[in-house]
Amino acid sequence: MSAPALPRHITAVAMGASAGGVDALGQLLAALPREFPAAVFIVLHMSRERPSLLADLFQARCALPVREATDKEPVQAGCVYLAPPDYHLLVDAGPQLALSVDEPVQYSRPSIDVLFETAADEYGERLLGIVLTGGNDDGARGLVAIRAAGGLGAVQDPATAMVPAMPSAALGIASPEYVLSLDGLAALLRSLAAPASASPAAERLR
Amino acid sequence: MPHRNFDIELQLLVDAIYLKYHYDFRGYAQASLKRRLTTAMSRFDCSTLSQLQDRVLHDPSVFQPLLDYLTVQVSDLFRDPAYFLALREKVVPLLRTYPSLRLWVAGCSTGEEVYSLAILLREEGLLDRSLIYATDINTQALQMAQAGVYDIDRLPGFTENHRRAGGRTSLSDYYSAAYGKAVFDKSLRKQIVFSDHSLATDSVFAEMHLVSCRNVLIYFNRDLQDRAVGLFREALCRKGFLGIGAKESLRFSSHAEAFADYALADRIYQKKDLP
Ligand SMILES: C[S@@+](CC[C@H](N)C(=O)[O-])C[C@H]1O[C@@H](n2cnc3c(N)ncnc32)[C@H](O)[C@@H]1O
Repeated sequence: MSAPALPRHITAVAMGASAGGVDALGQLLAALPREFPAAVFIVLHMSRERPSLLADLFQARCALPVREATDKEPVQAGCVYLAPPDYHLLVDAGPQLALSVDEPVQYSRPSIDVLFETAADEYGERLLGIVLTGGNDDGARGLVAIRAAGGLGAVQDPATAMVPAMPSAALGIASPEYVLSLDGLAALLRSLAAPASASPAAERLR
Repeated sequence: MPHRNFDIELQLLVDAIYLKYHYDFRGYAQASLKRRLTTAMSRFDCSTLSQLQDRVLHDPSVFQPLLDYLTVQVSDLFRDPAYFLALREKVVPLLRTYPSLRLWVAGCSTGEEVYSLAILLREEGLLDRSLIYATDINTQALQMAQAGVYDIDRLPGFTENHRRAGGRTSLSDYYSAAYGKAVFDKSLRKQIVFSDHSLATDSVFAEMHLVSCRNVLIYFNRDLQDRAVGLFREALCRKGFLGIGAKESLRFSSHAEAFADYALADRIYQKKDLP
């Protein structure tokens, strides 16, 4: 079976991770080529006290610009936006980034559900949502919203996740199109950047 | 693209609220407003926003509880301690040069930010010559701010933030605790004027040396942000200071050029001395 490829109309990717997420996201971000055509939004649960050095950490491994989201910033394709600690990250009409200090949702701020639901509202079928490793069920309802709006869902195969609860929860209620290991997810994302008929040589040049 | 029902209903609802209650949510950031109204729909047993509109139009007693969904009352004492530390170390030395001070906490919610500022000014010996205006549109929140009563289990967090904000005294000097509540001192409140004021519909009421408006602008769209920042610009005296939330920015504001970065990492700006 050939590796799954994403349809070309995907213009945004929203990812959520919790426990084990720094490594998982690091691996996926490292796989994104410079010509990656979609905007990437990320919510990673962290302890509130930790200073937001994550953008620097991920930037060191990623060919795309990685930034902590600023309120009202216009979304650019090929940019990676991280939710700042202790703020919800939302996608607003424009598309434009928005932040809020609304109450935590299921004990989480930022909340993956909040990102997914608002991104689904803005992008509809042009969105891919990915739920990665984590020890709670944030992201599951958000992934349902993404699929209900016509977008695509992917989860990290729980058997391969550092902490399986979060991808399992999403798998349980969202019937995602893709259930893959991190390597599989990386290949899936890369398919979006590959020229119409991807050649292995082009892959290697990346 | 045709408008979706929810978007149509949202527009009609905020228009209705404006016409009926003169609260203007037309310029609020949509994504978070939609989420909160979706929660409100289930709280008020409505399956559509149109039903909610019907309720709030015909039953004024629904308006205040709905206002608690339309506005977000989340605050903390010395929230982002680094901001208050920057005020203390970088702004206070200049404030000291004025014989009397007027400060404005816009969107003060339940009062935590105002008491933080009052305590800081007291510690720096400036409170007695200061008048702090604390404004918000949520009158219930304002009443709580005025009462200055907080749950006692928030005190450890308050105390830690105060310490990290460079607090020189013990926070317990400023409140008395009883029956599970902590009440902030009357002597702090003496210098504070609480009042109902909307950044969306009201105008400037006094000249200020410092405006602190944190985590309010994120709820506005760009046009409304421009209106609010325009008010601050107008209210501020020559070289007055503006402090905003840690993840807010003047970068996308049409008034950006009127302000100079003063302590950018902590989001403190100074009004430029333009002719
Ligand atoms: C998240 S709270 C911020 C509280 C505090 N400034 C802080 O940073 O901790 C936002 C506050 O803005 C107020 N607000 C919303 N719209 C407003 C308006 N048009 N004019 C004034 N205040 C407004 C809300 O009622 C709420 O109290």
